[in-house]
Amino acid sequence: MEFFRIRRDIPFMRHALVLNAISFLTFAAAVFFLTTRGLHLSIEFTGGTVMEVEYATSADLGRTRAAVDSLGLGEVQVQNFGTSRDVLIRLPLRGDAKQSELASRVFDALCKAEAGTVATKQYTTPQGEQVSRPSCSTAGGSEPLKLSRTEFVGPSVGEELTWDGIKALGATVVGIMLYLAFRFEWKFSVAGIVANLHDVVIILGFFAFFQWEFSLAVLAAVLAVLGYSVNESVVIFDRVREAFRKFRKLNTREVIDHAITSTISRTVITHGSTLMMVVSMLIFGGPTLHYFALALTIGILFGIYSSVFVAAAIVMWLGVKREDLVKVSTKDGDPNDPNAGALV
Amino acid sequence: MNRYPVWKYAMLVIALLIGALYTAPNFFGEAPAVQVSSGKATVKVEPALVGRVQTALKAAGVNADFVALEGTSVRARFVDTDTQLKAKDTIAKALNADPTDPQYIVALNLVSRSPQWLARLHALPMYLGLDLRGGVHFLMQVDMKSALTKKAESLTGDLRILLRDKSIRHAGIARDGNTVEVRFRDKATLESARRLLNEQLPDLVWTETIEGEGFKLAGVLKPQAARAVQDQALKQNITTLHNRVNELGVSEPVIQQQGADRVVVQLPGVQDTAKAKDIIGRTATLEVRLVDDSAEAAAAALGSGPVPFGTERYVERGGAPLIVKRQVILTGENLTDAQPGFDGQNGNEPAVHLTLDAKGARIFRDITRENVGKRMAILLFEKGKGEVVTAPVIRSEIGGGRVQISGRMNTVEAADTALLLRAGSLAAPMEIIEERTIGPSLGAENIKLGFNSVIYGFGAIAVFMCLYYLLFGVFSTIALAFNLLLLVAALSMLQATLTLPGIAAIALALGMAIDANVLINERVREELRAGASPQTAIATGYERAWGTILDSNITTLIAGLALLAFGSGPVRGFAVVHCLGILTSMFSAVVFSRGLVNLWYGRQKKLKGVSIGQVWRPDAAKPAAEL
Repeated sequence: MEFFRIRRDIPFMRHALVLNAISFLTFAAAVFFLTTRGLHLSIEFTGGTVMEVEYATSADLGRTRAAVDSLGLGEVQVQNFGTSRDVLIRLPLRGDAKQSELASRVFDALCKAEAGTVATKQYTTPQGEQVSRPSCSTAGGSEPLKLSRTEFVGPSVGEELTWDGIKALGATVVGIMLYLAFRFEWKFSVAGIVANLHDVVIILGFFAFFQWEFSLAVLAAVLAVLGYSVNESVVIFDRVREAFRKFRKLNTREVIDHAITSTISRTVITHGSTLMMVVSMLIFGGPTLHYFALALTIGILFGIYSSVFVAAAIVMWLGVKREDLVKVSTKDGDPNDPNAGALV
Repeated sequence: MNRYPVWKYAMLVIALLIGALYTAPNFFGEAPAVQVSSGKATVKVEPALVGRVQTALKAAGVNADFVALEGTSVRARFVDTDTQLKAKDTIAKALNADPTDPQYIVALNLVSRSPQWLARLHALPMYLGLDLRGGVHFLMQVDMKSALTKKAESLTGDLRILLRDKSIRHAGIARDGNTVEVRFRDKATLESARRLLNEQLPDLVWTETIEGEGFKLAGVLKPQAARAVQDQALKQNITTLHNRVNELGVSEPVIQQQGADRVVVQLPGVQDTAKAKDIIGRTATLEVRLVDDSAEAAAAALGSGPVPFGTERYVERGGAPLIVKRQVILTGENLTDAQPGFDGQNGNEPAVHLTLDAKGARIFRDITRENVGKRMAILLFEKGKGEVVTAPVIRSEIGGGRVQISGRMNTVEAADTALLLRAGSLAAPMEIIEERTIGPSLGAENIKLGFNSVIYGFGAIAVFMCLYYLLFGVFSTIALAFNLLLLVAALSMLQATLTLPGIAAIALALGMAIDANVLINERVREELRAGASPQTAIATGYERAWGTILDSNITTLIAGLALLAFGSGPVRGFAVVHCLGILTSMFSAVVFSRGLVNLWYGRQKKLKGVSIGQVWRPDAAKPAAEL
């Protein structure tokens, strides 16, 4: 089997202007949504309380909301999570209420709404582990709802996490730029990072547009995508360098076209494979991994596009020349050049 | 040209064996166990306890797989839950003579079912995070300001005593925030005080100001001294938390410092946050009282007479009863520090040094002056029950708030006593700033979901690779499986915490790792397309692809390391696996897959073709390389 049967180098760069215009428009749209709508940050960043409650039967969201509202905790979000039986409740951070006791107060209220009482239940699991947990039981002995998860984050933690996220992003960008500059040339380094930051902004734009929840895991996915799509640019840049050495007659545009053409098969197949994994996570990973996988999916799709069309085009605009990469004479080779003395 | 020397094959086989060995414990699952841990701060879990548990079990005819001391608890594993329950009752009865005042906490929990010889090789199952096994997570912020204020308060007391001892007249001592201020009427006194203070209180930096008619010396803690105070406070809080958490009978509690002023507490398996918070927040109290050594009291201690009026009977550590007066002289609040050390005058006799605050020092001096030759008792109250930690004889009047307890102690006992005296209280108050509870069913669900996404993703990639690259695809798939094995082995070996984002990172690592094989396979095809002979194509394909693989993995690794450095919580869990995955994938995708290829094709001298799928040539007569 062979998907790609390409006779001649495809003149990708002839369309560079159009492609860059498209990029620029998506980028602008992403920035627009980011500024107007903002990110829907998870409580890890904003602080607050999240509770996940599992009902025995399909949950009545209205009743749940009424029960939580009766506590007067401000703007509370109640929504389904995964299945119709699981309910996610988000409580904002408030100065007056004692946050660490909030979850149990809400659980009490929910339990009352289902005509049950809260008690501590102690039992041993069939595996032989002792468990004692607060449970809600009705007079009939059934358990209408269970507390699956609670999470409380104080205000100071959120600020720190935001700051740490920015630092991680900064360190990644600087690290990758330095590496590319050292390994290739500054023009490649600029092109690579611009192309891939453009991916990051577009992912964030999606999250802003759809108001998907931006959590710490999503941040990790975004940074992983940044590292991953730089790969793609590296592979193409590698080929560009090789083509400059091999084909002396070709001009810069043709060299870039050749590099992209000869790697396109690998690009599509690798990304396809990674995408299979990520989509598998999206399908089978459940609600917790949903946005993480989604960020990766978008990131990988745009990663192909941006490293092929955006990075290469920027390199071309920046005016990369054969001399930038290939030392014409090895005699006066720069001793600091990592590739000095490399022969083909 | 496509042959590995024997040592390279040997290395691959060894890597495979080690990988398999350390991955193995993950497949055994968990077995019911009974865990015995200390129920009181005054009770220590020692190796001798293993013997006691064993004898108790043997006497009752209960068979344990093993009984071993692990960390601060003794664990015994059993075949099924019936034996486990029986064993729990047996052990509890044997160790706790008085069920209303248990010395040891006997709890049911789970341990790995993997054989003991694997555990001895430190081959343990992966350490699952709370989101995978359920439990409670607290992040607690230590109030360092109050630790510093407490220190400044005690320094103020020291200062007062110092100046009085040297008869230096001052016009008032006060504490303002964390600053200690002394006022003087004239310059000469200030100078002499300053000399004395520089010598006696080296932790403080003094600044001099003129205030109206008089002079003022203001002292603040030196930065390194302040840091030491904070470190100490954090360590003491962690120790105290350890003592308290024992009571929950949790199998693997995590109590760790995070950053300069935070403590993480993770209690796997615990669902009852209210109880956990109650236990963590509880304070044990310390009291100093006088011992009644009258004849009636001695009789009461032996049990032959009634306890005299105004006294109480307590048990000394070690078991001897002691009659103690009801009146409380000092409480733990007046004790600022307790450290093990050596007797200053009496050679190298181990001792415990106590530091009292100003108020405590004054009371203590009065009491000791009036009771020379008598005994005093230091009691620790936990859960409403008191126990005598130590009951030394008062030799002389003790002023200045520095108390030394020595005699009949070895260094270990001195350290234990100091720890116990400190265990009473938290050095600084703590506040919960992050709390997470994950139900056990949710944890199991998360494992299933994570596992499924890895398996289905892997399956899809494997099918595609085998169809598209035929035999080379099979090699790539085997290399990918080897990568998974190495990754799981590395995680088990490092005992890094595996969380749901960690599982996602495993999936992602596999998805990205295949990139290296795709690069190699495409390169080999390209060489073949250019007309190279099969053996040359394999060799140059691997060689040329290597540079690219290295470059691309390094950029990914940069992002991974940034996440590792700045990430916390779920991000960190992701980053650890991500970075490990990149390292293992470079080894498996390049070295291991080449090994497979060499083993298969390397021997054949006249290789006609390789099974790497169709190699299509744009123009058979004109190879692409000549363009």
